[in-house]
Amino acid sequence: MRVVADAGICQGHQLCQGEAPDVFGFDEDADVVTLLEEHPDESRRADVTTAVKYCPAFALSIEED
Amino acid sequence: MSLDQIPEVSTVLDDQDPSVPAIIKGTGHLPEMRVDPITLFHRVREECGDIGRFRLADKNVVLVTGGEANEAFFRAPENVLDQAAAYPFMTPIFGKGVVFDASPEERQQMLKNQALRGDMMRGHAQTIESEIRKMVAGWGDEGEIDLLDFFAELTIYTTSSCLIGKPFRDQLDSSFASVYHQLEHGTDAIAYVDPYADIENFRLRDEAREELVAKVQAILDARIARGEVPKEERDLLDVLIAVGMDADYITGIFISMMFAGHHTSSGTASWAMIELLRNPSVMEDVVAELDALYADGSEVSFQALRSIPVLEATLKETLRLHPPLVILMRLVQEDFELLGHTIPAGTVLAASPRVSNRIEEDFPKADEFDPGRYVDPRQEDLQNRWTWIPFGAGKHRCVGNAFAMMQMKAIFSVILRDFEFEPVQPLDSYRDDVSKMVIQLAQPAKVRYRRRAR
Repeated sequence: MRVVADAGICQGHQLCQGEAPDVFGFDEDADVVTLLEEHPDESRRADVTTAVKYCPAFALSIEED
Repeated sequence: MSLDQIPEVSTVLDDQDPSVPAIIKGTGHLPEMRVDPITLFHRVREECGDIGRFRLADKNVVLVTGGEANEAFFRAPENVLDQAAAYPFMTPIFGKGVVFDASPEERQQMLKNQALRGDMMRGHAQTIESEIRKMVAGWGDEGEIDLLDFFAELTIYTTSSCLIGKPFRDQLDSSFASVYHQLEHGTDAIAYVDPYADIENFRLRDEAREELVAKVQAILDARIARGEVPKEERDLLDVLIAVGMDADYITGIFISMMFAGHHTSSGTASWAMIELLRNPSVMEDVVAELDALYADGSEVSFQALRSIPVLEATLKETLRLHPPLVILMRLVQEDFELLGHTIPAGTVLAASPRVSNRIEEDFPKADEFDPGRYVDPRQEDLQNRWTWIPFGAGKHRCVGNAFAMMQMKAIFSVILRDFEFEPVQPLDSYRDDVSKMVIQLAQPAKVRYRRRAR
């Protein structure tokens, strides 16, 4: 899977970091999400899916490779 | 290079009709928007497609629907599409000089620093649970409530306590909810002609605001008299004082913050209850889910922050069919390209959650209440992130949406475990009063509760 984070609509809630801190980082200066791992291991799917589902800005998505 | 190529919707209510108040004669579609906005907005899409227009007095309103146009609408920066200027009916409520809403940057800053921070949600969940328990503490084994009265009062307490602070909430009683209702009721679309017109509705609105400002001002004065307190004891009010905002501006921000979270949450809770009563099998599933979830004695404030899939899907479907805001508007500040058209500066550009949420291609059997839409693999909210828009979308997407969902989960966790509900009026008689820009449940909206034997 490929994780996509749309920094253009991220509101900086940082909930994704709570779900998958190894996948999602945060740019303090720009106040938006960053990707630490664009192609996480399949074992991380559940947490990444939860992060996508509960992102308050709908700024995240998963694309299948 | 004009609006001529964008089709205009038909007129069904003549703006010279005898039923139209003198002040809004000759204002195009304004008289219809005052009595039946939902039919008007749907008709724009039916007749004109993804882009159509109607007229409110001297303003052309271009209403877009569908994923492509909505995405352009929601992605446009604030300096191109301005929210503040598009809602003249809000100006007298927040006060002159207080913008409709803080800029996204200001909002994010407030959000991150204060009330909606992720790590504060646990405390908010506890607050909400305690407020709802206080509200039902006076209930007998059975009785009747009016959904509007009940949820409007409850959400005054939860919104004020969580978003502003408990000291502030503790100074409020049920009279505050009725003053608030007057404010919300003062959003007559006549404001598109003159937000200060001499009509009774606006007089009541202005009296309500004065009362509210006096209450807020008194609390503010007490804070200033008290002086600085340690960082960990500060609430939003202290922070706003500390960053140098003056009392008048703070009062406006306060009203605007509570405003955004109040009628929206109150209406959503009411409609979720109504949809559960209309769909007994969904009610059964939700109650079963909650009973199983809390069988181990876990706390509402713990579970409301976690996944409650059936209840969440029910709430999402309620929001899709009954979005609290039926239209979102922006004033075009510089010529804006959209679907091959150039929208000139000075036009009002609008998106409609009510219409987009029911686009048949995105939401099959769009008028049917079907919480199954949100289950894997359908996920019709995530799949249609530019048309599933009860919270708006993009940078302006409601910053309180996670809070709102948590609040709804906490409310229904408490009331559906302790009580069962039944309608006391025909199920199709529950409806919205759409005569104001802030839509509220029409009364009566009564339901009967009965304490569950557990």
